[in-house]
Amino acid sequence: MSKAPRLWGAFFNEIQMKSLKPITRIAVGLSALALISAYFVPLWQILMWAPQYPEGLEMKIWINTLSGDVKTISALNHYIGMKTIEVSMFPEFGYMIYLVGAIIGIGLLASIINKRFMLIAYLTAIVMAGIGALVDFYLWGYDYGHNLNPEAPIKIEGMSYQPPLIGTKILLNFTAFSGPDIGGWIFMGVGVLLGGLVFYEWRSKKT
Amino acid sequence: MKTIIKSVVLLLAVATAFTLNSCKPKGPQEAIVGNAASKVYVNPGKYDEFYNIVSGGFNGQMAIYGIPSGRLFKILPVFSVFPENGYGYSEETKPMLNTSHGFVPWDDLHHIALSTTKGEHDGRWAFGNGNNTPRVARVSLKTFKTEEILEIPNSGGNHSSPFITENTEYLVAGTRFSIPMGNKDVPISSFKENFKGSISFIKVDSSSGRMNIAFQLRTPGFNFDLSRAGKGVSHGWFFFSCYNTEQAYTLLEVNASQKDKDFIMAVNWKKAEEYIAQGKGKIEKAKYAHNVYSEDTHSATSTMEQEVRVLDVTEFPDIVYFIPCPKSPHGCDVDPSGEYIVGSGKLAAMMPVFSFGKIQTAITNKDYEGDFAGIPVIKYESALHGEVKKPGLGPLHTEFDEKGNAYTSMFVSSEIVKWNVKTLEILDRVPTYYSIGHLSVPGGPTSKPHGKYVIAYNKITKDRFLPTGPELTQSAQLYDISGDKMQLLLDFPTTGEPHYAEAIPASLITPNSVKIFKIEENHHAYVAKGEKETKVERKGKEVHVYMTAIRSHLTPDNIEGIKLGDVVYFHLTNLEQDWDVPHGFAVKGAANAEILIMPGETQTLKWIPDEVGVVPFYCTDFCSALHQEMSGYARVSPAGSNVPLKFSTGVVEEAGSK
Repeated sequence: MSKAPRLWGAFFNEIQMKSLKPITRIAVGLSALALISAYFVPLWQILMWAPQYPEGLEMKIWINTLSGDVKTISALNHYIGMKTIEVSMFPEFGYMIYLVGAIIGIGLLASIINKRFMLIAYLTAIVMAGIGALVDFYLWGYDYGHNLNPEAPIKIEGMSYQPPLIGTKILLNFTAFSGPDIGGWIFMGVGVLLGGLVFYEWRSKKT
Repeated sequence: MKTIIKSVVLLLAVATAFTLNSCKPKGPQEAIVGNAASKVYVNPGKYDEFYNIVSGGFNGQMAIYGIPSGRLFKILPVFSVFPENGYGYSEETKPMLNTSHGFVPWDDLHHIALSTTKGEHDGRWAFGNGNNTPRVARVSLKTFKTEEILEIPNSGGNHSSPFITENTEYLVAGTRFSIPMGNKDVPISSFKENFKGSISFIKVDSSSGRMNIAFQLRTPGFNFDLSRAGKGVSHGWFFFSCYNTEQAYTLLEVNASQKDKDFIMAVNWKKAEEYIAQGKGKIEKAKYAHNVYSEDTHSATSTMEQEVRVLDVTEFPDIVYFIPCPKSPHGCDVDPSGEYIVGSGKLAAMMPVFSFGKIQTAITNKDYEGDFAGIPVIKYESALHGEVKKPGLGPLHTEFDEKGNAYTSMFVSSEIVKWNVKTLEILDRVPTYYSIGHLSVPGGPTSKPHGKYVIAYNKITKDRFLPTGPELTQSAQLYDISGDKMQLLLDFPTTGEPHYAEAIPASLITPNSVKIFKIEENHHAYVAKGEKETKVERKGKEVHVYMTAIRSHLTPDNIEGIKLGDVVYFHLTNLEQDWDVPHGFAVKGAANAEILIMPGETQTLKWIPDEVGVVPFYCTDFCSALHQEMSGYARVSPAGSNVPLKFSTGVVEEAGSK
């Protein structure tokens, strides 16, 4: 038990101030630049299919807005008492542009400062943002699926309609899928890349 | 011995009777070859290869079928009212059927022409003719709605129409019956002196498709039957079949069948264009309606045009030439190259094929046999490429494939005859059931036929389907023409009475097919683009209801303050922006039809309440699980009552309140 803090301390002391390998530095800089795409592509998608909608309905979540068949989805969901989905119901769209901006800033800074602790900070920021986004999305989904209008035309005892967090779920006549879109994949890719870089730096320290 | 003889005689008699009976000719034979079913079977959920756009004849509509399945997809109202979707009943569509005679709710649609560019299908518009009250119509192949109807003045019936030029520069409208021009009150027996023919050249705007009559040719008085534009080498010319050159005005059956030869009239329309550009011709007074439907306002407007420019062909003899053609020609069809013109004398025992090149040489050499009313008549032999000998009885129409073959319908002998355009040799014949009129090869009238099938549109159905009393469905047959021999694949019933039809590859239509109208682009004067914009307004005796429909309610659905003597206009906007979610609307006792409103569209139903009470209205298109709930009430109070104008949705009041 008493070893752990000492190892941490050793990690910080020995490595934190070390410069990154040139390849790592370039990769970190490029990854931060790659995140700029988040302003131009959708981050997340919800797809739905029903017998009447073989071509499917989609809702795309962007950094500051929604797109796709949002009106149609709302029109269908009002029968079971779900709220009308509107951009204004998501305060996240107000601050996500700054949050992503901050992460890009940390990434670029990591490349400029060129120290390993900044790489760790950058990875931590991405992972925390990812976890935060999923928790936030889950909480919204819970509310959207459970907080139903008591005067809804269709009420089914014990039924709630929380959309899937990630993956596929059957909700009455709809099959719903939730998962990352291009922007989300880029974020995940950057996360994996940073994890790999940390591992690479860690190994190269040993040799 | 006697017994033996008797027995032998009896046996002989029986044998003879038996033999005679087996010699008795059998009825028409059918040869369905084994794999026919698999060639027309389109798997559930799969699409047909071709759209078949078929005239409805006396139903005044077009019908849309799939080929090779023969399945009916849509009846598309053009010249006739259609209570099924409110065409001609909604305030927006009523102007479409306006004419110089007022509102004419019916016509007889005979021929289809699909727009072409460089002689090939471009998938933009379908044109149709109104044979009775002379009109032409333009239908959008994006929305499958009638967008424009133009009345034709100086016409006694618009039959040789709406055939089009290679780049859809013009479509034509030739009068079927000659008449005294300008509504003159003259004795019928003064035909030769007073009756004239008229051919309208209608210019089609290449981007909007808008039609207007560029000029009319005034011709000698006889009947114009069918026509085709030249193409390729003969681009710039138009060919019309003429009958009743006898100029009979009674018992035409006999009196218009006297001459051995009538005419095919060749028109050099480029030349006519030159004269028009020089300001030649006379502007004549004429009254004709021009009706245009706007996708922008989802409404039609009707304008009464006042004049038309007329070129009398007897004054401009280098526009028109006559070519003798045997026995009352009907079809007058031009092959894909534009070189050959097939005349189908419906009473003749052979079919002449004329050569455009030879016609030009004959004109250059003035190789004429005389003139008719001052117009040169080219020598038959000088224009002739050759004759198809003994093709069958009653040749009517000819279509072409991509391999140099022609397919001619034979009304009397009830068959399709395949022959080679160059060699004039007959290659094959198949029976049709029965008495084929028009026929269609996909792309058959274009420079680039798609081939593959020929479809027969028959005049007699008889025993082909389960009988339905004296009035039967009409019938069509589909034949495979990909091989040397034509193969019967399918019988399918058709609506109305199909005359001409065209088939076009689905790939030219499907990608552009409109799914919804964008609500933001709806500029209807009475649109409500959301429930917040709904209202009820009184303008004197008129009550205008700005109503919206979305699954599954109408807004407003409670309306009070309507009084006897009012005229109520329900302006319904369908707020849906989703594919295939139309809403419908009907009011109890309304002397009107329903209206169907497509997503993003506004349509208006006029209602004149005729009694005091509370009148339900409802959505007529089963739109959703709660469609039966999609309804409302209009309260009608006595004239002079002081019930205030009031409207709401979802407002529940205390019982007993006023």
